[in-house]
Amino acid sequence: MTLGPDLVARRFGYGLPLPAGAPVTASAMLQALDGPDRMRAAWPLPLMADHLPMLQATATLRKTQKDKARDDDRFKQALTELDHLVMLSLRSTLARALDAPDGFRERLVAFWANHFCTRAKDRLTVYLPALLIEEAIRPHLTGPFADMLIAATTHPAMVLYLDQNVSFGPDSPQGSRKRRGLNENLAREVMELHSLGVGAAYTQADVRQMAELLTGLTFDLTTGETFDPRRAEPGSETVLGQSYDGKGLQPIQAVLRDLAVRPETATHIATKLARHFVADDPPPDLVAALAQAWQHSDGQLGTVYHALLTHPSAALAPPAKVRWPLDYMVTGLRALGMTGADVIDMADGPFRRRIRRTLTGMGMPWLLPAGPNGFPDTGEDWINPPYLAARIAWAMRAPTDMGLRIADPMAVLERALGASASAELRTAVARAETRSEAVGLILASTEMNRR
Amino acid sequence: MAKLNRRQMLKGLGLAACSAAAHPWLTTVTLAGTDGGAPLGDHRLIVVILRGAMDGLDVVRPVGEAAYAGYRPTLLARRGSALGDFWELHPALAGLMPLWDREELGFVHATSTPYRDKRSHFDGQDLLEAGTGLDVPVAAVRDGWMNRMLQAVPGLQVQTAFALGAEAMPLLRGQAPFLTWAPDQSLPISGQGQALLQAIYHDDPLFAQAADEAILLSRQMNPDAADGMMAKPGGKPGTGVKDVAVLADYAAGHLRQDTRIAAFSLSGWDSHRSQAEGIQVPLTRLQGLILGLRDRLGPEVWGKTLLLAMTEFGRTVRENGSKGTDHGTAGAMVLAGGALRGRKVYGAWPGLDETALYAGRDLMPTSDVRAWAGWAMRGLYGLDAGLIQRTIFPGLDLGADPGILA
Repeated sequence: MTLGPDLVARRFGYGLPLPAGAPVTASAMLQALDGPDRMRAAWPLPLMADHLPMLQATATLRKTQKDKARDDDRFKQALTELDHLVMLSLRSTLARALDAPDGFRERLVAFWANHFCTRAKDRLTVYLPALLIEEAIRPHLTGPFADMLIAATTHPAMVLYLDQNVSFGPDSPQGSRKRRGLNENLAREVMELHSLGVGAAYTQADVRQMAELLTGLTFDLTTGETFDPRRAEPGSETVLGQSYDGKGLQPIQAVLRDLAVRPETATHIATKLARHFVADDPPPDLVAALAQAWQHSDGQLGTVYHALLTHPSAALAPPAKVRWPLDYMVTGLRALGMTGADVIDMADGPFRRRIRRTLTGMGMPWLLPAGPNGFPDTGEDWINPPYLAARIAWAMRAPTDMGLRIADPMAVLERALGASASAELRTAVARAETRSEAVGLILASTEMNRR
Repeated sequence: MAKLNRRQMLKGLGLAACSAAAHPWLTTVTLAGTDGGAPLGDHRLIVVILRGAMDGLDVVRPVGEAAYAGYRPTLLARRGSALGDFWELHPALAGLMPLWDREELGFVHATSTPYRDKRSHFDGQDLLEAGTGLDVPVAAVRDGWMNRMLQAVPGLQVQTAFALGAEAMPLLRGQAPFLTWAPDQSLPISGQGQALLQAIYHDDPLFAQAADEAILLSRQMNPDAADGMMAKPGGKPGTGVKDVAVLADYAAGHLRQDTRIAAFSLSGWDSHRSQAEGIQVPLTRLQGLILGLRDRLGPEVWGKTLLLAMTEFGRTVRENGSKGTDHGTAGAMVLAGGALRGRKVYGAWPGLDETALYAGRDLMPTSDVRAWAGWAMRGLYGLDAGLIQRTIFPGLDLGADPGILA
């Protein structure tokens, strides 16, 4: 089935123009997805192995010097470096989306990054949420969901965010010696948010058992240790009627594998995918088709995407979804002809003010979700007076802010929207008093905001 | 029933804005006098949603309960002020004691929504703000209880409410118009640009409405910079201690005039670990908010004000393995204001013996959070009990009048 360039760009990518040779059919898009991750190679980010030595050194400094660390130049320098890493992760995310051939891979990364969102709890760990996206999401984008679920649940960013590092099996050696016990946070959210969904038939007892199963998972900033058998609860645990036993990560991986293929998980995530890509109230037949593809393939994500791209509503649903702020901003920057290199090369000050802070104003502060349920995904959540004002303000100032001299706003309109520009928008652009306001109107238009 | 659509309301606001130059803040978020009446009277209601599940057992401590200290080995290291013989107030709220002494501070204990067992923040908050019982699936409820109240009262000026801050506030969502604004957001656009923007949004109600309100509100917030290119898309309000002063200032500015109801949220209550330290910030902010509102409202308006601070559910009776508490069931509600009959902890106390706990782990609920809000609305605004039980909180049994108002 042919989707065509407009649909591929709008519904599954970051708007027009598509680069020459971009895939415009479902099979070509899936093939590209199975191929090498070119954008990651083009705009790389440091991985945990690169990051850990610096993290360990700084954490050790804090541990040994306590309050005095704050005045230590090495500590101050590390904090600056960490902030730059967070900025770099945003720059790379934008650059990859701007330069991507069809944008679908980057859109999927953004979807899953939100599904498994984390937030740093202290200044030393601010880069970890970006690492989770890089290491637990990107490599598992098309494989079995179980792989992604395991990688995300056991990732240091998640372990710290949902307090798994302070959960001790009550009868484990450490638990009984230190008189410490369970913390249910991660166990609950894995079931409620990441797999089964809150409507599923699990009980408080399942959450407790899951929490016992997860004990041992931890993250120590000073040593880099990720599993401590001395805090793992001995014996077997039963989750949803299934018993799990064994040492180390093995039983944790086993329970997550089972959760990943449960029908409740299939329906929960099928609904989220359909809502994200197609409609706030997703067509029930689309949700059913995705859930069915999930169950038939045991959660092979590539198979689920195939069902999404080839379902009739992928082509027929009206372009009514409101773009997420980051998605909206990339679409605008593309319309202005910006490339990945432009964003990577932007000076820190302007990048902070014009990109990072603007995303916050639009309601999507980078790597700072309000809770583990992530950012919401319906139009009403994003288009309220203050958030829309931030979008309009950004649109009106973008040409100047990005240092662009736009000779012909109409050319921007044709390139970015073409046939989908409304007659009202064409009239308004022609009547604007200044070129920058004309471009601002294009960027602020509903055609740019909705997909 | 006076029912204005949003567009009419905004037009009215625009008229009010003509005289905005003399007032640095919105002169009227309310449309005064469209039907000549003042259906909500003089009382002010401020609803604060404490997002994240406040540990009621730590904030209002049942120290007279024999079993209590045993459940909480690390959380009682710092002791607070006595609230009578049985209760103790968390030390981070010590600044509220003068209010307690003047009967302007009180609490409800062992109260909860009808939400049970799943202990999900997000479901819990939805249910709290939708105000329905469990017989109606929350996802099916598109409007919040306060909005239903605004729609349901005959002769009510429907625009007498606004939501503060940019985050979604389901409590107010619904057909009755309300206004949302972040105190630090403004909008750079010329008069011509504004007209063109309104033209291109004309056929998209979601964008048209939000843009109309944004343009109007930004003008009124910054009347001197109407055509300026000053925008401050700053952080989300309500994330720091200082923001609370801005919130209190902003809310009080409106409540001193025609606004009768304000609602917003304070987050940061999800104290899974190191609660003794972690709860300091949200409590400091709550205290700052209450004191800030009292100071800025002044004695007369404060005397007619009731503040209700409610949370999605309480937390476990026992500390968890990391000096925090996990999601529980019943919790506490904070009441303040000159309209309150305070210096009292309301609600039947279920006790903390093993057998008295809910599911062996949580404080047993003995009342429904919605009933307290219901009695507040009945007392402040004279709303009919049937209206409260059928329309605003469908399926609620109000029970006997607990007499929370002075």
